[in-house]
Amino acid sequence: MASVKEEEASKARAIRHVAAEKPALEFGSAWEYSPAPESRDHVRLESRYGLFIGGKFVAPKSGKYFETVNPATEETLAEVADANAADVDAAVRAAEDAYRKRWSRLKPAERGKYVYRIARLLQEKSRELAVIETMDGGKPIKESRDVDVPLVVAHFFYHAGWADKLDWAFPRHTVSPIGVCGQIIPWNFPLLMAAWKIAPAIACGNTVVLKPAETTPLTAMALAKVCEEADLPPGVVNIVTGAGETGAAIVNHPRVKKIAFTGSTDVGKIIQRATAGTGKRLTLELGGKAANIIFEDAPIDQAVEGIINGIYFNQGHVCCAGSRLLVQESIADIVLAKLSDRIATLRLGDPLDKNTDVGAINSKMQLDKIRELVASGVEEGAEIHQSSCPIPSKGYFFPPTFFTGVAQSHRIAREEIFGPVLSVMTFRTPDEAVEKANNIPYGLSAGVWTDKGSKIFKITSKMRAGVVWANTFNKFDPASPFGGYKESGFGREGGVHGLRAYVELS
Amino acid sequence: MPELEIRKTYKLYVGGEFIRTESGRYDPVPDAKGEFLANVSRGSRKDVREAVRKARAAQPGWAAKTPYLKGQILYRMAEMLDGRAESFAALLSETRGIPAAAARKEVRAASDRLLHYAGWSDKYGALLGTVNPVASGYFDFSVPEPTGVVGIVAPETPDFLALVTHLAPVIVAGNAVVVLVSEKHPLVSLEFAEILATSDLSAGVANLISGRKEELVPHLARHMDVNAIADAGGDRAMSKAIQADAAVNVKRVKSYRIADYFSDDAQGLDFIESFTETKTTWHPIGV
Repeated sequence: MASVKEEEASKARAIRHVAAEKPALEFGSAWEYSPAPESRDHVRLESRYGLFIGGKFVAPKSGKYFETVNPATEETLAEVADANAADVDAAVRAAEDAYRKRWSRLKPAERGKYVYRIARLLQEKSRELAVIETMDGGKPIKESRDVDVPLVVAHFFYHAGWADKLDWAFPRHTVSPIGVCGQIIPWNFPLLMAAWKIAPAIACGNTVVLKPAETTPLTAMALAKVCEEADLPPGVVNIVTGAGETGAAIVNHPRVKKIAFTGSTDVGKIIQRATAGTGKRLTLELGGKAANIIFEDAPIDQAVEGIINGIYFNQGHVCCAGSRLLVQESIADIVLAKLSDRIATLRLGDPLDKNTDVGAINSKMQLDKIRELVASGVEEGAEIHQSSCPIPSKGYFFPPTFFTGVAQSHRIAREEIFGPVLSVMTFRTPDEAVEKANNIPYGLSAGVWTDKGSKIFKITSKMRAGVVWANTFNKFDPASPFGGYKESGFGREGGVHGLRAYVELS
Repeated sequence: MPELEIRKTYKLYVGGEFIRTESGRYDPVPDAKGEFLANVSRGSRKDVREAVRKARAAQPGWAAKTPYLKGQILYRMAEMLDGRAESFAALLSETRGIPAAAARKEVRAASDRLLHYAGWSDKYGALLGTVNPVASGYFDFSVPEPTGVVGIVAPETPDFLALVTHLAPVIVAGNAVVVLVSEKHPLVSLEFAEILATSDLSAGVANLISGRKEELVPHLARHMDVNAIADAGGDRAMSKAIQADAAVNVKRVKSYRIADYFSDDAQGLDFIESFTETKTTWHPIGV
């Protein structure tokens, strides 16, 4: 750690610490905030978790466990089972058994009742779930409490209602479930991604084998307990923990009929290749590098809030993050001045503190990746601006950062950083904005800020992206289809469109 | 002494023009009895690349045309095909060795299919789009948009009806296409390019390449600027290869196994939907 700190200190000379230079706004230092940590006393973590297979927590056949760490404190929270191919096989068989004998035979409305039950139980445990999510993943408690967990509940509640209405969703077709679904999810929204995957799958009559990310398995384990408490028939939901090899065992298992993956484009491509010729259904929700376009006629203060929300929400660990800011040249100075002021007010620190805006980076590995990409930005000649907020001495943290003078060819303008790092570029005409926004292999999301209605429709319709936020950013809802164009994947999650991934039509 | 017939050389149809293959290679196409019928271009990797380039350039303009106009252009194709039905049927009969009545039936089915999709142009959006009732103060809606440049691997037979079956829904959705036509029976498909060329379809929206699939399909499936593949080649091993190669840029692949191209099940909204992307747009409701 010491050498990293020294290295940072030497770099610091080149960094423009925005708060120190521009004391225009003084929110943060006008008064001191007292610590307001959310209590964790009511959270009971076990020291070791097994795999959730066939309705029971079982020890892994692999005999191996790995640790999951609180990225804000570097303390070990629990040990989690490392599932091998034999464990995955057991989970798939349990899922298949449950599919054949119970779940696919159940009346759809009854299926729906189980999913409603899960929604209610999650709601009743929302506080505990939010705290576990924050401890295991590092995101601020105000986000896990106010965004993640409420959306989790909403996803189960929404999809529960679809269970007996699928014939209305797909007229002229006979609708049936697919079978066993293998689902692999990332670490940025651990419980929410589990909900996005499990809720539609089981509501449509499938059974699942879900693998949470290796750095954030704990809320998935809590969800397994909720399934148990809801008396969900054993084997409908199976949760196996592990890393890439566990995921590969799911993808390659011959009895898995459908794969749903959310994660990096690189891994998505490997999965697409691996499932070729197998007849497995596949949906992919992959990386992004969204353009957030601010026109000169935008409501600027709101746009600045949108930029902040777009890139610093969840430490920028968001596949649809607004990581490329495209600001019209005529207002670039004022937008950047306001942005500098605003990031100086962001409170970075203990994710469990209710006042924290920016929490911990999810893992050491991710922190290293962010540092590496930020270093490339400096090396390639972009100018770095960084909040001078204090960084806790323990844990993995990275200050809110943005780059100006970014060229489209820079790595920081092309690669997904997945951290609180924004690349700012300017444009003169709407056509140039569209050209720059689309000039990337990704196509997950985009933002457009202007007060002119006709311009909104013109520009949003030209964005090659699956989700476009106009005069807002990073909004999600179970009723709203989410997913990408181009190399950001295919298939949708949420809404009527999202059901398509979990039904067989004939 | 009989008058000398004018023999036709079948060229590629790329960017709205009838061009020779850059490779300078030609293959003879025999009729059903094995007699020489015509020479066709044996398209190359570079021809595929050029076709993708033209398709990419043409796609946004085509997508921007009104649904009404797209429908009328497909209607015009049906109109022209009907007018030339006899000559198409004769060529189809000659190349595949099928009875004249069967050939006429296939041409009729093809023009009916064009008409079917002409009528979809201003309707699929209403059926595939949604207004999403979100739990917050936003107006949120989803619309289908074209996937972009789509490669079509046409089956060997029924070469003509299948070409129309796969081409029409993909272009009516606003995509531009590069079609690898039937390798064994390419002539009627290439003849159809003359209808495409005079139908007011923008140049480059539909590009037809003849040649050897084994040679061309991998280039299409691996091309970084092709967004999707309609794989109707009907060959299991080739489908697997296409699906694997497609991963290079996360192409969407729809592999078809259509037992009866004449059936009404071989048309409809699903054929359009597979080559659309769903875009969801959010806007706050407020003053």
